[in-house]
Amino acid sequence: MTIEAVQGLPANERRRLFDIWETAPGLYGWLATVDHKKIGIRYLCTAFFFLIVGGVEALTMRIQLAQPGLKLLSPEAYNQLFSMHGVTMIFLYALPMLSGFSNYLWPLLLGSRDMAFPRLNALSYWVYLFAGIFLYISFPLGQAPNGGWFNYVPNTELQYDPGINIDIYSLGLIFLGISTVVGSANFVVTLLRCRAPGMSVNRLPILVWGTLTASVANLLAVPAVSLACFLLWMDRRYYTHFYAISGGGQPLLWQHLFWVFGHPWVYALVLPGMGIVSDALPVFCRRPLVGYTLVAISTVSTMILGFGVWVHHMFATGLPIVALSFFSAASFVIAIPSAIAVFAWIATIWTGRPQFKTPFLFFAGFVLLFVIGGVSGFMTASVALDWQLTDTYFIVAHLHYVLLGINVFPVVGGIHFWFPKITGRMMDERLGKWTFWTMFVGFNLAFFPMHLIGLMGMPRRVYTYSAELGVGGYNLLISFGAFLFAAGILLLLINIIRSRTEGAVAGPNPWDAPTLEWSVSSPPPPYNFAVIPVIASRHPLWEDRLDETPDRSTIHRGLVLDEGKETVGITVLDAEPDVILKMPADSLLPLLAALGMMVIFSGMLFINYWVMAAGALWTGLVLLVWLAPRDHASTERPTVYG
Amino acid sequence: MKRAVAGLFSLLMLSNCARAPLGYLDGAGPAARSIASLGWGLLGISVAVCLITGALLVFSIFRRRSQTDGLGGGDDRSALRWIGVGLSITTVLLLASAVWTLWTVRGLSDTSRAAAVTIDVTGQQWWWEVRYRSDTPSREFSTANDLVIPAGVPVQLNLRSRDVVHSFWVPKLAGKMDMIPGQTNRIRIEADRPGIYRGQCSEFCGMQHAQMAFFVIALAPADFQTWWNHQLEPARSDPDAAAQQTFMEHCAACHAIRGLSAGGILGPNLSHFGSRRTIAAGILPNDSRNIALWLRDSQGVKPGSKMPELHLAANEVDTLTAYLEGLK
Repeated sequence: MTIEAVQGLPANERRRLFDIWETAPGLYGWLATVDHKKIGIRYLCTAFFFLIVGGVEALTMRIQLAQPGLKLLSPEAYNQLFSMHGVTMIFLYALPMLSGFSNYLWPLLLGSRDMAFPRLNALSYWVYLFAGIFLYISFPLGQAPNGGWFNYVPNTELQYDPGINIDIYSLGLIFLGISTVVGSANFVVTLLRCRAPGMSVNRLPILVWGTLTASVANLLAVPAVSLACFLLWMDRRYYTHFYAISGGGQPLLWQHLFWVFGHPWVYALVLPGMGIVSDALPVFCRRPLVGYTLVAISTVSTMILGFGVWVHHMFATGLPIVALSFFSAASFVIAIPSAIAVFAWIATIWTGRPQFKTPFLFFAGFVLLFVIGGVSGFMTASVALDWQLTDTYFIVAHLHYVLLGINVFPVVGGIHFWFPKITGRMMDERLGKWTFWTMFVGFNLAFFPMHLIGLMGMPRRVYTYSAELGVGGYNLLISFGAFLFAAGILLLLINIIRSRTEGAVAGPNPWDAPTLEWSVSSPPPPYNFAVIPVIASRHPLWEDRLDETPDRSTIHRGLVLDEGKETVGITVLDAEPDVILKMPADSLLPLLAALGMMVIFSGMLFINYWVMAAGALWTGLVLLVWLAPRDHASTERPTVYG
Repeated sequence: MKRAVAGLFSLLMLSNCARAPLGYLDGAGPAARSIASLGWGLLGISVAVCLITGALLVFSIFRRRSQTDGLGGGDDRSALRWIGVGLSITTVLLLASAVWTLWTVRGLSDTSRAAAVTIDVTGQQWWWEVRYRSDTPSREFSTANDLVIPAGVPVQLNLRSRDVVHSFWVPKLAGKMDMIPGQTNRIRIEADRPGIYRGQCSEFCGMQHAQMAFFVIALAPADFQTWWNHQLEPARSDPDAAAQQTFMEHCAACHAIRGLSAGGILGPNLSHFGSRRTIAAGILPNDSRNIALWLRDSQGVKPGSKMPELHLAANEVDTLTAYLEGLK
């Protein structure tokens, strides 16, 4: 059996670990699981579902825009669709999809048995799911958010938008923010405490760097948008005047609060995607990444600079020229770390031996899209030129090259890459290549011409346009490309569904990849690692062949930790074993807490104080039980195997 | 050869872009022109970067290699040196672009030439109120959706909003400037030659954001003075009492006409309406068929528009159409 070949622990010991770690069978286990792998798969599936929903919204809009003056959609319907398309893709697809990868992979990459806070992990997923449902309840009510994902005031104040559309938006984002913040905190603490011994910071996979950086950024950025939304809700329902000028409020306050969150958020949506490429592309080049340290540093510095460029979304708001010049210059500088990453990827391919498997195609295609999205970003960084470019289709082209190029392409490549690990079966190569070429051609047909119609001055966020602009032909081509791209996603879906049962059996390491997740069986056992490995390099499974240093990681010998649900806690910097962490068992508390919050937010939506109070009481009681004192760690001497 | 054809083709496409009515790669005034040359410059750098990086990528994938099966590859140090070279070029280009940008901004902020006219433009859902300012209060007047300016001189615009955020944009003449409630943003526009330039709201402002256009009409300075003087006269010299009566009954609560007691300020000032280019903020050419259509079915033409359905009788529509068309 494959497990034996990879993990040297005797069968009875493995059985014991299996019994300790396995999620309970049946409905209870389904609702109560805290296994990071199960939660990760849920994130991936839910986010993929929202990708399809957001995609259908986009296709509907593309039919309306295929020719000037079409009347398929009413202006109100179009405005709801484009707002929900943005909200769905940015909030419900892009980050949760990456959280799915990271949730599934982090403990496996880091050599741990779970995330630092498994129950918090489950809470993060349930809150995400319920917030998604909360936002989508608006559709059957015909009152979906209609102020754009950026939701500028005063257009979204009660006076101009009297329905519950915007209340759903603002409360939904606050609700979702809880999920993001607890998830991010979990990633940060997991990195600090739950790595395998020897996994020092210079040995972390770049995906870990990306998610870590994004998580720290989220902790700092999400409160800004939650606050902005809360103030808006107060303006709308309690007649405060944070944004309304009639009471001395300031519309630009919204824009600052929103973009001081929004711009770092964009980087949070791409850095883990870049991490996926930095880790998986080298596998198909048969060599380690060129310039690991540079890429890790560029990841972090992108994020730091990312906090200093938000005003480039506000170049046309009439702020003083000195301020604009500063933010313009900062926006140019942020291209430098991105350039480092591009050069490192190309150098890796150049000095490696590319294998043309499906994931490689997605990653190589990604590099090209990254460059195109990057240079159009460079053009918008110029404050003077941006006065023309902003709010035209040029920006729509730019942001889709960035978000699809740097998020969707790495994600789909990552799905092909880790599918064998997650399911134990390979995806079909031929269908995979068809998927890539359909998506790649469709994507460029759909989004490249948007640069041109942007330069021709077609404004964005319009439900129709005049034939006089001369952009009808391009728009028809764009709509055709959008449907071709969607066909690519459909092929991907077919491949996933078919390969799950019919794909070739993968074995533990089908790609001959170097990192820890490939040292365990596919799919991994509930306990991940039979013994806690000790890490001696960035490429534990390539050490013998690369022979860079005399040190070797030990994967088959080490701590067993079978006295209960345990994993090892390490010191922050040196990754020395420090403590044995007692991990929590399956629990319904996360689901119950998330349900309680759903009740609170529903009460807030309809301003019903009884419902709000009931939800608060419910959530409070659940948290009380959750936080009841118990043993979290022990320093007893653990069993060492081997 | 193929590459040359492709290059020529893309250049043609881009010059097409420049000629489009809202295209800004070709300016018709000093501000738009200096942005356009910056635009061409940065576009050139961008295209070059894409082509070079794309070529590097393709070559790195398909270049010939010695056939070995082992792991690892080449000397990282020489690869890192090349990364250093690429990074230096990138940094120089970025620095140059930043300097060029700031230089352009400096030029655009130059107000040493005095503005010939000052005009207040107020955005509202979903049309543009235009008020001409003068030191002599009696020479001030309001119009809508047509912004008439003298050519060859700078014109000062004070941009405001009556409701939500809009953005004022005439791509052939200048970059965008937002109209934000509670503040006045100032911008200068100048057209080299007499002509007609399309404008468009470019900040999402609610249901009919898509249909909030306008036109800037640049006249020779002498023609502009004549036009201004004409605007100060009553709209019609041959008052048609019956038509005026109909107008007062159905329209005067929201619309004003110079020389009439109609003084509504919710909708556009309709003095000299007949001489304007379009109806409903740039969406219908101003002719009798469209005026009648707009009077009969404003919500069908522009759903959500603040112009209500008037439920007029057919003869009232005809009377009003003829009357409005006559307001030259």
